[in-house]
Amino acid sequence: MIPVGLKPAPPHAPKRLRTDADLRALQRMMTHALVTPLTADDQLAPRWSDGRPMAEAIEEFIKPNARLTAVERLRIYSISYWYRLIDGVYEDAPGLRGLLGEKKFDALVRAYLAKYPSQSFTMRNLSSRLPQFIRETPRLTAPDTALAHAIARFEWAQTEAFDGEAKPVLTPDDLADRPPAKLRLRLQPYLSLLAFDWPVDDYVLAIKKRDALRSEASNAIDHGPRAVSRKVVRRPPRQKTFIVVHRYDLRLFYKRVDAPAFKMLTAIAAGRTLVQAVAAAGPSVKPEEVREWFATWMELGWFCKRSRS
Amino acid sequence: MPANRFNAFTDYGIGLGLRVPHYQHILEKKPTCDWFEIISENFMVDGGRPLHVLDQILEQYRVVQHGVSMYFGSADKIDRAHLKKLKALVKRTKTPWLSDHLCWGSVDGRFTHDLLPMPYTFSAAKRTAEKIRYVRDVLEVPICVENVSSYAEFHVSEMTEWEFLSEVTERADCGILLDVNNIYVSSQNHDFNPMAYLNGVPHDRVGQIHVAGHTKFEKYILDTHDHPVLDPVWQLYAHAIRQCGVTATLLEWDDKIPSFNEVHDEAMKANAYIASARQATGKVAGGAGSPSGLEFVEKHAREPRTTRRAVATAKA
Repeated sequence: MIPVGLKPAPPHAPKRLRTDADLRALQRMMTHALVTPLTADDQLAPRWSDGRPMAEAIEEFIKPNARLTAVERLRIYSISYWYRLIDGVYEDAPGLRGLLGEKKFDALVRAYLAKYPSQSFTMRNLSSRLPQFIRETPRLTAPDTALAHAIARFEWAQTEAFDGEAKPVLTPDDLADRPPAKLRLRLQPYLSLLAFDWPVDDYVLAIKKRDALRSEASNAIDHGPRAVSRKVVRRPPRQKTFIVVHRYDLRLFYKRVDAPAFKMLTAIAAGRTLVQAVAAAGPSVKPEEVREWFATWMELGWFCKRSRS
Repeated sequence: MPANRFNAFTDYGIGLGLRVPHYQHILEKKPTCDWFEIISENFMVDGGRPLHVLDQILEQYRVVQHGVSMYFGSADKIDRAHLKKLKALVKRTKTPWLSDHLCWGSVDGRFTHDLLPMPYTFSAAKRTAEKIRYVRDVLEVPICVENVSSYAEFHVSEMTEWEFLSEVTERADCGILLDVNNIYVSSQNHDFNPMAYLNGVPHDRVGQIHVAGHTKFEKYILDTHDHPVLDPVWQLYAHAIRQCGVTATLLEWDDKIPSFNEVHDEAMKANAYIASARQATGKVAGGAGSPSGLEFVEKHAREPRTTRRAVATAKA
């Protein structure tokens, strides 16, 4: 399988580098060697993409030295590549890891990275397509695919909330003399509205709490979190849950809202007018409830001014 | 010769890498420090705590930017959106110079997040130099390129690494961030004399020096940045500052990071070598170091390096 976005490797490595195309061919060749998944015992795959021995392809462009073969030299980079990226996703997804367990999580991440290598200069964005991949490849998370997908979305939303863009906060003065029938509000770009069939927030918190306790007990990072036995956190029972992942005073928060409030926020995010958004909340919602929600959301800085451009 | 045109003629001493585990100590205790090196990518975000912390640091300290993802040696074009973000950060930090690595790490817009070695050829040098010039012209700050540690060599190479570094920097008319630990690591992995490397680079272009710790295995050395600087690297450092003059120096410590004070103490060891270099060149001690007299070290989250699990796996 060729990773998404990566062009196929050339049939052979260039013998000389005379042009930019030669440089690109060499770099494509090496990149393919690096991103080809390792075997179960962390060796390079035995075959190149065209079926010939991997060693034959690598020897075309990497020199051996007196102590290491070309394959052994390239393996240093390949191992470094895989573990750097796996560890990156590992840090981003403590909840997903807790749900799946180490072995299944590791297999999921390797398959994810094999299909979707990083397309950003920063590893911050490494997990951005993980929810999509979970949906596309349900066998890797079965029988918990839907819950795994929910947790992956929840954890990605936290990355966005941590350092996503903040626009100038809307103030009460900005709303003066604005008729609600024409008023369209905007939510902060860092904020995510998430509807789940499980209390994903409670579940992830329970896993983090367990892991934090375990980490204190084991005294450290050097032992590696994988090595320590863990208490099972039970899968949460089904329960409709509406969560707003946001930040306040530079700190990350997730706030539960009830269904009507969530519908109203979703309508605002979709560009509806304030009147339409209130209507979306449903006929049973009382005006004083809406006022209370709105006051809280304003206080939390969830609404932002529109860009002038 | 403590400063040159590639570090904007600044006279910085020993800097400290700005690292997450030290944020609280720095913001609360405000330790004396001549300058901090930041990893640009950690602050090329749109908002939130990273930029808030950076702004607090900028109120108190001088900051120099060090990048890990420009990939001057990549066949891909420079990403303009990336450059735009970087320029915004340059304006924010007012970095006197900016460094990144002489390497590649992406192709077809797919990123390895590693600092991969270059094929040392004239055509690659020309292409790389063009990209460095372009970035410098857009960012409007002096650029220093850093030599990387490496574990593999290409058949197509036409020259030594130090000849390539010289070729690129002369063509680009840019500076060098000389990483003496990387020279040592590569010299052991590729069987060359590190002194030949040091002697072979254009000394007048060296705008900054890195020192760091590494890990030795039976058949090769890994650049791990996870413990103090080993003696052979300090010896190379001593040699480098004798040749290049006292130069802005930074100790990299990226894994198993100890307390701020421990990192600081390790970095301060550089002062002994600086003092002897000054003595050897007949300069008055203290005349060209950091104004504060304090100095030091290290880097930041997700700096490309060999992770602990990779080290363990490689060893197995």
